[in-house]
Amino acid sequence: MMRRLFPHPVLSLVLALVWLGLVNRWAWGSLVFAVLVGIAVPLLTAPYWPGTQGFRRPWRIPAYLALVLLDIAKANVTVALIVLFKPRRALRPAWIAVPLALRRPEAIATLAGTITLTPGTVSCDLSQDGRALLVHCLHAPDPDAVRDEIKTRYETRLKEIFE
Amino acid sequence: MVAEIIVSVLLVVGGFFGLVGSWGLVRLPDPMTRLHAPTKSATLGVGAVLIASMVWFPARTGQFTWHELLIALFLFLTAPITGYMIAKANMHLGWRPEDLPPPAPGQVWATHAEEDEPRA
Repeated sequence: MMRRLFPHPVLSLVLALVWLGLVNRWAWGSLVFAVLVGIAVPLLTAPYWPGTQGFRRPWRIPAYLALVLLDIAKANVTVALIVLFKPRRALRPAWIAVPLALRRPEAIATLAGTITLTPGTVSCDLSQDGRALLVHCLHAPDPDAVRDEIKTRYETRLKEIFE
Repeated sequence: MVAEIIVSVLLVVGGFFGLVGSWGLVRLPDPMTRLHAPTKSATLGVGAVLIASMVWFPARTGQFTWHELLIALFLFLTAPITGYMIAKANMHLGWRPEDLPPPAPGQVWATHAEEDEPRA
């Protein structure tokens, strides 16, 4: 019964919280509506994501979000310094291919989004078989180090959350 | 008073990063590197302005607002997608498979794939 009503418990919770945030004023009626949204939207959108399994370890999400937010702040300063002070000819842009250990599309999408938001990297493409991610670096004298950092810092954590 | 100082500092920081993002668009050498400046600096620039708003309204009216958190959430959901679309369009325009590192022996990036193969 609970599984039928809440096929994606985390999604339901997030939707309910987003609704309460949009309303922006506490009332019991809003809570009722938030719960209705949390139930209805996952059920209505279920046909668009067949075969998803939800999170394996959802309690690790907040730590991951905190890490990514900190990295975003650091990324902004790094990129700002490069834009302001690095001479054009000293800039070393590079493409790197990141082989993926993640297999679930949701996990790969999260990793791609994280890469785009963090230090000097933008994820650009996925390989035809979905097993590698193409990443563009703004300034990477050592592309292999960037690839290893993406794998150890983000991918291992996402693997724990999703798989 | 304290709130006003905090808000002012945050607005200046936000404006600074917004400016750097725009300056990067002008200064960086090619479309792929130009993509980096707005995807990064915009997030912290807008983020600082949002935090300023979250400090200002409770200090002024005594009411906490959640809208800023939602704006940040939607921004973080949409910024990577914009970057992805621009990068993809740029790959279609100017990058040949030989210029890019191969994903694996015998594999190609999805942008350069000839046609969709049926999924296994």
